[in-house]
Amino acid sequence: MANGLEKNWEPKILAFLCNWCSYAGADLAGTSRVQYPPTIRVIRVPCSGRINPLFILKALQNGIDGVLVSGCHPGDCHYISGNYVGRRKSATLKRFLKYLGFEEGRVQFSWVSAAEGIKFSQVVDEITQSIKKLGPAERFVKRSFEFGVNSSERKS
Amino acid sequence: MIQEKIREKAKELLEKKVVDVIIGFGEGTLPLRATPLFVRSPDEADCLIWNSFCENNLSTYLHKLTQFKVGLVVKGCDSRSIIALSLEKRFKPDQLFLIGVPCQRMVDRRRVKKAVKGEILRAHEQGDQIIVEGEDFKTSLKKDDFLYPSCQLCIHRNPAQANILVGDPVEESPLLEIDPEVKDFESKSVEERWTFFEKESSRCIRCYACREACPMCYCAECFVDSSHPKWVEKGLSPSDLEFYHIVRAYHQTGRCSGCGACERACPMEIRLTYLTRKLNLDVKELYDFEAGCDGELPPPLSTFKTEDKQEFIK
Repeated sequence: MANGLEKNWEPKILAFLCNWCSYAGADLAGTSRVQYPPTIRVIRVPCSGRINPLFILKALQNGIDGVLVSGCHPGDCHYISGNYVGRRKSATLKRFLKYLGFEEGRVQFSWVSAAEGIKFSQVVDEITQSIKKLGPAERFVKRSFEFGVNSSERKS
Repeated sequence: MIQEKIREKAKELLEKKVVDVIIGFGEGTLPLRATPLFVRSPDEADCLIWNSFCENNLSTYLHKLTQFKVGLVVKGCDSRSIIALSLEKRFKPDQLFLIGVPCQRMVDRRRVKKAVKGEILRAHEQGDQIIVEGEDFKTSLKKDDFLYPSCQLCIHRNPAQANILVGDPVEESPLLEIDPEVKDFESKSVEERWTFFEKESSRCIRCYACREACPMCYCAECFVDSSHPKWVEKGLSPSDLEFYHIVRAYHQTGRCSGCGACERACPMEIRLTYLTRKLNLDVKELYDFEAGCDGELPPPLSTFKTEDKQEFIK
């Protein structure tokens, strides 16, 4: 299943952006013509607190190489406290994935405000570099025709 | 004797109609097992037993009995599950009568089976020994050598909350700085950890015994049964098995009392507590919260503090 040793592999990264801050920040990056890697696919959510950890896991299962979750800065949430609740979920999930041996750096979190177009481009750049180093998603990816074959057996 | 006191109390509660049903333990049909028992009349109270095979967390049965007054035999871990459940408002405060038993720790029946050659036909406790008999053997094993890992590491053997305590409180083990099971897993390399997790979850047959045994798993529609959205399929794709284990453990964040009933219920002997213990540790470290200790503090994932740690966020 060699699929990353190809020279032209580009990471596919899913970005959950909160509508009021991060999505607007991404939009600003676009209108300001700031250059950043075209690796992200954006899903707009009302608030970073909307993110169910299952979204992230499902995306990884489907073969996405990385996930970015971005919301408003603490204190600036459009829904007052959504990002605070999201912060706890993110913290516990990130630690758990690291504990399990899932590659650190595939799932990243950021606070990007509506005025931070440049910061957004930097965040995307950083996650793209991390994923490029990690390579394409292998662990946890669902391949439904391979019952009983773990990713470590799959590599051969 | 604890067993006598449980029977006495059960009889009294049923006679006075303080409760409609008592949930305790009865003699199991197989050696080394006790079975959960539902006693509804005072005459049946003499079927209740207490020994080192009473490994189930009986609070898992409360969800079906919300309209009844229930008397429950609880060990240390079970009482903490009750507190965690009451925090989630799963029952009214005056609905339960808790018969608290300071736990002598439960025997790991799997390890006992592996320690003898041949099928075990009878087993009973004698002091600090377990006498195990087969067709052509009879061995005496030291109970303390065959305890469940979750019992060995338990620091809450005395029920945190009970209407009555039917035994003398036992000495609690000291609180360890670092959870030994978590520490052991973390000592593996990143690769080794994923390989271990993968290997463990690959044995899963999706029987959901772990889910049924767990008192905190009570959702009307579990995520595995959801078809819109369909999170996992019903088959045995390794990725789906991993998804199930990750998420079921994750759903216990801030809720798990560490009873180990999940691991004991598993017919494939999959290790599970190393997952939930890590989450418990994180919640304690990040938010100073321990499930089942305080019936007033809100569950950690449904609240927040402005100064929560966020060093991982860019």
